[in-house]
Amino acid sequence: MFDNLTVLFSSPHYTNALPFIWQGMQLTLIVTFVGVFIGFVIGSIFGLMRLSKNKIIYGIATVYIEALRGTPILVQALFLYFGVSEFIGLNFTAIQAGILVIALNAGAYIAEIVRGGVESVDKGQTEAGRSMGMTSTQTMRYIVWPQAFKRMIPPLGNQFIISLKDTSIFAVISLGEMTYLMRQYVSTTGDPFVPYIMLCFGYLIITVPSMIILRRVERRLDV
Amino acid sequence: MITVKDLHKSFGETKVLQGIDAEVAEKEVVCVIGPSGSGKSTFLRCLNMLEEITAGEVEIDGEKLTDPNVDINKLRSRVGMVFQHFNLFPHMTVLDNVSLGPRKVNGVERKQAEKEAQEMLEKVGLGDKAKAYPGSLSGGQKQRVAIARALAMNPKVMLFDEPTSALDPELVGDVLEVMKDLAKEGMTMVVVTHEMGFAREMGDRVIFMDKGVIMEEGKPEDLFDNPQNERTQAFLSKLL
Ligand SMILES: Nc1ncnc2c1ncn2[C@@H]1O[C@H](COP(=O)(O)OP(=O)(O)O)[C@@H](O)[C@H]1O
Ligand SMILES: [Mg+2]
Repeated sequence: MFDNLTVLFSSPHYTNALPFIWQGMQLTLIVTFVGVFIGFVIGSIFGLMRLSKNKIIYGIATVYIEALRGTPILVQALFLYFGVSEFIGLNFTAIQAGILVIALNAGAYIAEIVRGGVESVDKGQTEAGRSMGMTSTQTMRYIVWPQAFKRMIPPLGNQFIISLKDTSIFAVISLGEMTYLMRQYVSTTGDPFVPYIMLCFGYLIITVPSMIILRRVERRLDV
Repeated sequence: MITVKDLHKSFGETKVLQGIDAEVAEKEVVCVIGPSGSGKSTFLRCLNMLEEITAGEVEIDGEKLTDPNVDINKLRSRVGMVFQHFNLFPHMTVLDNVSLGPRKVNGVERKQAEKEAQEMLEKVGLGDKAKAYPGSLSGGQKQRVAIARALAMNPKVMLFDEPTSALDPELVGDVLEVMKDLAKEGMTMVVVTHEMGFAREMGDRVIFMDKGVIMEEGKPEDLFDNPQNERTQAFLSKLL
């Protein structure tokens, strides 16, 4: 036990595995940022569709949202990368597939964030806009959306953190992000303890500051 | 200016308006009074289609609201509305609140719109608040901004839904002053109010509503001093 503990301080992995963490982290971040950004666009569209009085538009959005929230992201990645690409004869790279899965998956959750944000804006705001003669689009754009977006920031930040952690499952489609690279490193060295501790810290170094920033922003928006 | 014929409004099974007939002439100030829940707000909101009309007709400035071809946004831009809870846009400065409608609806250029907005703010006595945000204003100031915002659209009619009911008593006067000035300038106004003093002084006509119908209407001095309907009598006696 205590022998093992000394390993914690003198392991050669710290220097050997660090380049893999660093390299994987870059891909993790790229896939997360690009994916969540596209997910925000998708989520905004489907979130607004969820608010539509038109039953078909509402229905389409509901099916999309529930289908993606109701299946594991791992299954979505397998389905898209192996299933769909095979079916339509389109060979996604692992990065493309990873970004697409994050976008579609986060998009479904963000759609609900958007719907909640827009619904939280007092109906009187819409009425004030409409009663001046603004169209519903103008009212949304200039009056409701800016207020809704402010309230969406904390849950969007949360979704970012969730999606960031979700990228670790892309090891199954051989996307060379942090988890994948460390698994490879471990399988070549045969020594998992310290490398996986490093992997944990690789995520924490992004998520913890994100949460701290988020909490600060939340507090500022509250005032 | 406004003609209402046999207006009905239901929310599902609940019949809120049950056949309203009313006329408002140009430059007339009509005050609507009545117990809470009698349908005053719903009536006012039907006048600019914030509520869909169940049956009947509303004509404003020669245009039928119920006509499927009517450009409802254009019509609304000529009908100013002031709400009980102000409904100012909290994320914009006072000046932006007032200039937004003219810019986006009437296509007025920003500079021009802001100049006119500033003038409107002077008019309601808040010229120095242009750069402030609504959150920093008192209720009375908020409501005066809301009036300026509606006026900036150059409306032909102004609708007020209990504009002073959410205000501390000491702030009511300022808002009523602004409304009186407006009435004196010849603005056509429909005012739902509990301010009987205002109705008596400024109203050309007072309408008493109860349970979704107009029970009685007439000149303020007649309706207040010599009400014919027994519901009107009961309502007025409770106020004294
Ligand atoms: N959106 C709505 N849905 C259902 N019922 C409503 C709605 N708006 C108003 N009502 C009902 O209509 C009645 C009249 O309301 P309202 O016009 O606000 O009265 P007033 O302004 O005279 O107090 C009330 O009984 C109220 O509950
Ligand atoms: Mg009311």
